[in-house]
Amino acid sequence: MSEIPTDLRYCGTHEWVSGVEDGVVTVGITDHAQEQLGDLVFVELPEVGTPVEAEAECAVVESVKAASDIYSPVDGEVVEVNEALADSPELINDDPYGDGWMFKIRVADETDLDNLLDADGYREVAEAE
Amino acid sequence: MESKTALYEVHKEMGARMVPFAGWSMPLHYGSQIEEHHAVRRDAGMFDVSHMLVLDLEGGNARSFLRHLLANDVDRLQDSGRALYSCMLNEQGGVMDDLIVYRLGDDWFRMVVNAGCADKDLAWIERQARPFCVAVRPRRDLAMVAVQGPRAREKATPLLPPGFAGVVAGMPVFHAAVAADWLVARTGYTGEDGFEIMLPQGAAPALWRALAGAGVSPCGLGARDTLRLEAGMNLYGSDMDEQTSPLESGLGWTIAWEPKERDFIGRKALEPRRDDPANRRLVGLLLEGRGVLRNHQKVFSGAAGIGEVTSGGFAPTLQRSIALARVRPDIGETCSVEIRGRRVPARVVRPPFVRRGKACIDLEGVKS
Repeated sequence: MSEIPTDLRYCGTHEWVSGVEDGVVTVGITDHAQEQLGDLVFVELPEVGTPVEAEAECAVVESVKAASDIYSPVDGEVVEVNEALADSPELINDDPYGDGWMFKIRVADETDLDNLLDADGYREVAEAE
Repeated sequence: MESKTALYEVHKEMGARMVPFAGWSMPLHYGSQIEEHHAVRRDAGMFDVSHMLVLDLEGGNARSFLRHLLANDVDRLQDSGRALYSCMLNEQGGVMDDLIVYRLGDDWFRMVVNAGCADKDLAWIERQARPFCVAVRPRRDLAMVAVQGPRAREKATPLLPPGFAGVVAGMPVFHAAVAADWLVARTGYTGEDGFEIMLPQGAAPALWRALAGAGVSPCGLGARDTLRLEAGMNLYGSDMDEQTSPLESGLGWTIAWEPKERDFIGRKALEPRRDDPANRRLVGLLLEGRGVLRNHQKVFSGAAGIGEVTSGGFAPTLQRSIALARVRPDIGETCSVEIRGRRVPARVVRPPFVRRGKACIDLEGVKS
């Protein structure tokens, strides 16, 4: 079974969300998601400054197999993106919770984070697939 | 429930991610599809292709039967131990399947057809064979392993049964050697040198393990697809099917029009279209903008839709996205492809994209 760190929050659509630091969260895709996708070859990230909405598409990852939409976990604004992914999308395969992070969002309403899954809740989602 | 090849347990043991494919449970990859791809381009990799159907055709009329059944002419196989790529057409000139046919004796031929077409092909071939009194024998007792890459032959040869070593040493491309129930052919589907080996199922696990021990990387269907796409080889069901003719699938070269009196199935339908300037073309595309080409994306010249991607993906050797596309014959040197609502520029190139480890197309001038 894939790795699901207990200090992160999750979406049913396989994104992970870090704890809030100065109003900002970091977002990426889970180990389970990268395993299912296979080798990633292309990542399209939102531009810094883009407003994003919870559960709306805001990025795309493409693997050798297929393209997948990435959804924003919360309402807010993109404040930083992982530029290294443009040349090295495989960072997501190698280190999905570390160097493979995708973007950072300034969260509009921090209570939205309470709607996300914890590690146990996400494990159920991943295992049901 | 999917069928399992003789290597199923070995795949699981070696960490394969198994997926359903044409009614079979097959390895998609053993960890990284891209590393498997590179192993074949740079060294040696092996594929379980036992899901493909091996058919033996035997009888005094086998040769004349195949000259009727196939669009390529088995009379091009002057000696036993030679192989030929051909399409099998329906009466309308559509492609029922593509295959390799081996001549193994004066009255003995062997065909290897796609797994996804196996049942349909067998029914069709048996029906066509009846008036010729040719025996059609499916060889589900055989497994098949493809060993491919610049070091494939050197690594595989010592592991073949005694007697093969001398025979396969200098064996030319598209030749095959047979001993007992083994067949070793210098063929493949990757654009690299190598062998395709048919052998009794019971012997397959030991060969696979011995190849792994010799440093041949196990490779799944994922790498098989990116390798064949780079090699510019068609995939049945994506790049051609029963509704498309070989003339519009980049396969005109496989039709043997001479001698004129050879009456192969599909000839009557195709002959009038042979030099039709309206025939669409199967071309290669190299994506110049960002993104990944995928099957069924629309191809444009200016504002006009001129065709569709039939096989698209990422080419690990080129680090670019490439595709085969069926387009109008008047396509120029550039076009655009609609990727997720955006038009992305692409260059029209002549496949193959990669052969024997080297890029065959000019990547210069491409913006990354």
